Amino acid sequence: MSADPLVRARGLTKSFRPRGGLFRPRGPAFNAVDRVDLDVMASEIVGLVGESGSGKSTLGRILIRLIEPDEGTVHFGGTDLLALQGEELRRNRRDFQIVFQDPYGSLNPRMKIGDAIGEPLTIHRLVDGRAQRDERVAELLDRVGLDPAMATRYPHEFSGGQRQRVGIARAIACGPRFIVADEPVSALDAPVQAQIVNLLVDLQEQLGLSYLFIAHDLQLVRRICQRVVVMYFGRVVEEASAGELYREPRHPYTRALLAATPSIVPGRPAAPALSGEPPSQTAAPEGCPFHPRCPEAIDDCRRRDPALIRIGEGHRVACHVVEKTLE
Amino acid sequence: MPLLEVSDLRVHYSAADAPVRAVDGVSFSLQPGETYALVGESGCGKTATGLALLRLVEPGRIVGGRIVFEGRDLLGLSEEEMRRLRGARIGMVFQEAAAALNPVMRIGAQVGEALRIHRGMSRKEAHAEAVELLRLVALADPERQARAYPHELSGGMKQRVMLAIALSCSPALLIADEPTTALDVTIQAQILALLRELRDELSLTILLITHDLGVVAENADRVGVMYAGRLVEEASVDALFDKPEHPYTRGLLRAMPGAGPADERRLPTLPGTVPDPAHPPAGCRFHPRCSERFEPCDADEPELSGRPGGGRVACYLHRREAVG
Repeated sequence: MSADPLVRARGLTKSFRPRGGLFRPRGPAFNAVDRVDLDVMASEIVGLVGESGSGKSTLGRILIRLIEPDEGTVHFGGTDLLALQGEELRRNRRDFQIVFQDPYGSLNPRMKIGDAIGEPLTIHRLVDGRAQRDERVAELLDRVGLDPAMATRYPHEFSGGQRQRVGIARAIACGPRFIVADEPVSALDAPVQAQIVNLLVDLQEQLGLSYLFIAHDLQLVRRICQRVVVMYFGRVVEEASAGELYREPRHPYTRALLAATPSIVPGRPAAPALSGEPPSQTAAPEGCPFHPRCPEAIDDCRRRDPALIRIGEGHRVACHVVEKTLE
Repeated sequence: MPLLEVSDLRVHYSAADAPVRAVDGVSFSLQPGETYALVGESGCGKTATGLALLRLVEPGRIVGGRIVFEGRDLLGLSEEEMRRLRGARIGMVFQEAAAALNPVMRIGAQVGEALRIHRGMSRKEAHAEAVELLRLVALADPERQARAYPHELSGGMKQRVMLAIALSCSPALLIADEPTTALDVTIQAQILALLRELRDELSLTILLITHDLGVVAENADRVGVMYAGRLVEEASVDALFDKPEHPYTRGLLRAMPGAGPADERRLPTLPGTVPDPAHPPAGCRFHPRCSERFEPCDADEPELSGRPGGGRVACYLHRREAVG
């Protein structure tokens, strides 16, 4: 890649230790995110897919410093994000925002949505006085397809799709360059989902935004993302351009994910490609974390962890079986 | 003879001003051994329809219609007769398996509970049968899992347990309401494959309630599309996906991320939003969002009638074609 990435993460690792309970001892630490490298270019939408517990959300939050990693670096537009402190960090926050899956959970139920959207404008001193703030809020509501008169209403008066529009208005209020969209349409019905996806694509094009688009719907990711990163158990197991990933998925996990996605063509699907469940976070398997479920596992897979290797232009995969075919 | 025949079912919930007509005149029937999908967006009345079959719509009320199951009108049964039917002849699984399981009761005891109540089994007999049921739903190591508590199980495993409970008394009908919505796709594929196997093995009739047309395409024989409390189209899965006749069904299908060319980033959308169920629009409930509406659509509500390719559709557009 020629240009410098807008977001450049290297060697990110974050471990959590499950809390103990009354009858449960504190569990051993596990790596929710394990030595992850990731680039997001300016005006690029990168899809991040994987099952629950794969570390997608943790990774997204690390990139915008809502979670501090244990190891690794994040550069944002050349600035060392992890070195920023206090006022400086706060000032930089307007550049990177997040849209959550459940906008209801992320909006204060007792705050009028005009205030919720206007709050970051006031905090970052981007408006001068109430009248200017209200004017800017009205513009933002209009931009995300809501009636500006709705500014005086409360979150419970909005439908799921409308609340997601509010969440998006809040995220773009301060003119960010990068947005982590964490399953932004997963809770919505297909027709509403289509409206919100189109809005996100419109905004990306109009404002030149970059997204890390975290999702579990591979069909959706294929449509809107330029590049896709697949995570399993905290690791990146494959990364490629969207076109190539769907045309030629190489990692057995990526192939299984694609095979498990329901098709809209009637007919009985083949038997499920994957048996078993993702590994328990407290009992990581030896070797490749995917090997207990992998239909193609060989001896190497049980013994050592595969490295993420480059197998083509922008295509990386962490799999001993794939590596063997290259030798 | 159909196993289940629902006619003109009406379920209302009370609200501040007008009653919410969650289900407003829905009729369909299930043939033995088929999987019938009810599909639609949240609030369309699909879940209320499923719950009405068990007479579990509180705080709402079933205000009209007939539900004939195995020859008996369920709306005429006493509460005691209904209790004997639930779990025994009609089983149900929900989206939230975790919420439906008792967190302080071992899995085996929960699976065996219905057997003790409906079949009068002893604790020991029920436990042995519970282990067999857990084996039936392909839960790994069923003896050990029978002694586990719900929190020790993953989401997919809990949904298998819910299936074991629903099937414990060999029901004729299984109502599966968004059974895989909360699960990852690889686990969803496993649970749906299990459902298909169980259906064939146990000659189950399944009412599959879902918002996901992909799940419908791969698992159902027939499908009913609901919009704002009404059934707007019904057909075999092949006919419906091949040639959807109702403009709403067409809109739903086009909005699927897997439909249309993959290089087009934007998805075709339906304008507007679903109507307020307490104040549905006059005429066809879909007409304000319909790009093909014409004179009669805002005046009278279209009834379901025969559809080309088999099935039924409630749309004047189709009637005009039939007449003209």
